[in-house]
Amino acid sequence: MTDVRLLTGGEAVAHAMRQIDPDVVPVYPITPQTPIIQTFAKFVADGAAQTEIVNVESEHSAMSAAIGAALAGARTMTATSSQGLALMAEIVYIAASMRAPIVMALGNRALSGPINIHCDHSDSMLIRDSGVIQLFAESAQEAYDLTVIAPRLAEHPDVLLPVLVCQDGFTITHSAEPVTLLPDAAVRHFVGDYSIPNDVLDVARPTTQGPFAMPDYYYEFRRQQAAAIEASATAFGELASEFAQLSGRSYGEIEEYRLEGASTAIVALGSTAGTVKDVVDELREEGESVGLLKLTSFRPFPAAAIAAALSGVDFVVVLDRADSPGATPPLHAEVAAALYGSSCELSGAVYGLGGRDLHPTHIRALFAGAAPSYVGLRGDPCRV
Amino acid sequence: MSRLKTLVRNQNGVPPLRGGHSLCQGCGVPMVVRTVLSTIRQPVVVVNATGCLEVATTRYPTTAWNVPWLHVAFENAAAVASGVESAQRALRRRHALPADEDVAVVVFAGDGGTYDIGLQALSGALERGHRFLFVCYDNEAYMNTGVQRSGATPFAASTTTSPAGRQSWGKAQQRKDMTAIAVAHHVPYVAQAAATHWHDLSVKVERAVAAPGPAFLNVLTDCPVGWGHEPRLFAQVIDGAVDSLFWPLYEVVEGRYALTYLPPAVLPVAEWLALQGRFAHLLRPENATVVAGIQAQVEEDWLALLEQCGGRILAGSGQGRCPPEC
Repeated sequence: MTDVRLLTGGEAVAHAMRQIDPDVVPVYPITPQTPIIQTFAKFVADGAAQTEIVNVESEHSAMSAAIGAALAGARTMTATSSQGLALMAEIVYIAASMRAPIVMALGNRALSGPINIHCDHSDSMLIRDSGVIQLFAESAQEAYDLTVIAPRLAEHPDVLLPVLVCQDGFTITHSAEPVTLLPDAAVRHFVGDYSIPNDVLDVARPTTQGPFAMPDYYYEFRRQQAAAIEASATAFGELASEFAQLSGRSYGEIEEYRLEGASTAIVALGSTAGTVKDVVDELREEGESVGLLKLTSFRPFPAAAIAAALSGVDFVVVLDRADSPGATPPLHAEVAAALYGSSCELSGAVYGLGGRDLHPTHIRALFAGAAPSYVGLRGDPCRV
Repeated sequence: MSRLKTLVRNQNGVPPLRGGHSLCQGCGVPMVVRTVLSTIRQPVVVVNATGCLEVATTRYPTTAWNVPWLHVAFENAAAVASGVESAQRALRRRHALPADEDVAVVVFAGDGGTYDIGLQALSGALERGHRFLFVCYDNEAYMNTGVQRSGATPFAASTTTSPAGRQSWGKAQQRKDMTAIAVAHHVPYVAQAAATHWHDLSVKVERAVAAPGPAFLNVLTDCPVGWGHEPRLFAQVIDGAVDSLFWPLYEVVEGRYALTYLPPAVLPVAEWLALQGRFAHLLRPENATVVAGIQAQVEEDWLALLEQCGGRILAGSGQGRCPPEC
């Protein structure tokens, strides 16, 4: 029987963690991630998971302990948001370079300052070049499903990289919606046992992990790391097919929504895609040829798939929920690179910083090419 | 069996840290590492903070380590060790590791990675009660980056960021008492040791590893470059710190202090300072009052320690010093 429950995104991910039953979860509280770890801690307290939770004293130590645990042969998960990710950023880079297959739930939240607790993607963008995989969920269901897929992706022998499952803070983490859970045994069977090639606890075969690499070797390490995240796209495709057979729900690196015959398309990440889909449906009813391209995989960046999906579109609008002061916002710049040489007209807009809502009227204006480059501002804050 | 033979036997023909590394002549750090690891009978995993030891022993594609070794960053060695220890506990509970295979998790970090940038992660790990041994090799400054002052640098030492000069007699502040900070975490075993008192250090390692929770060892060692002495004088210089009472050797078991070494003759601090270039400026006549102040501080700290020890002096702890020729 299908197990449908009313769950927030945070709770849904906590259920995925309960079913995965990781060995070690080092974690530090931060809004809006806390519902994940609070819900999961209660599962462990009730014996529903056997995990060793390590209540560390900072996110920096959370990621550090996660590396220690993952390289010691333990399946390891953690969770954070915003400032927590910023604090651990140094170690996120090292986790990727040490090829530690850690799965991390990210409740996307604006970076300070000013301090704010609501959603934008500036935290994800801060670590976009760290070498970790970043998958974006549109809903609580997607957050759950991608979390179930994530350990296999992280631990895939061609990959061995941290995987972040990103869900919009509050919009997903704290909003309840019907979520279909897989049976516990099915998830356990899907994720299987944890295995890495070089386990630091293997005392019979001692390894030196995290050595000092000078100009004669550092570059090769970095190239191998880049090759691993490139290879992860194929691994994700295979795992998504396997997951689709299990769940009936399909995932790809991108999702094309009513792009067939579309002359105008919006490109977006995360929960905003859901709002855009509604507006696309309305506009299609009204006879407009519009569509949406949602990116599920932000890292690796699916440039070829984006170019193919948008090949027949005349006008593309890229929505960035993060700014790059003094430069082109990150998603806009990367989509522009993917579409280089294409004849389509490309524009972009920043929206939703610090949790500012994006209304359907804004989306209509964006499709009409009538929106400003910063959507949804109250008046003109630069006019003194 | 003598302790020296025991240490050799524990190596089982394979030294945990081989030669061929690039630590300096006269650096006491490899001696500390070998004494610690050769004392421990069970398998170990070493977690190393960024610093001289890490840089000088693991230049890829070479390694001087024959035991599992893990380095992540500078400030987080205790957190990394927390992860390794938790993994071991979790895997043992799931029967993925044999229940009787106890792998000791040993951290090596310099004073920067302990007193300063590593303090938060260390404090968290001590408070959480992970079963691990944290060994600080304290050479009293950031030596790897070129002798900058740290929270462990003694008052009046000249470093590249607290240089002695016409208007400065070196570091203006007292060093922090890291050993006392560790004790304040109510962990089962804390001790202060010195690289040249290897017998004393080895006994402490044995007790630390047997402790039912976190253990912290603060081991004084030299740096010929940063301290400004001939490499061949390393033993004399480290011994001088102990014999002048600048660096007393003691342990704190479940909060109970005990001296483990009583110098047969106390060396005036000025004689220890005079061995080291970092204090050379203090030997000028106009700085005699500074030296007198250091002597007074050392005596005050010693009396406070004696009071904490309440007369507890462990017997037989005078053994194991390097002979004068070493």
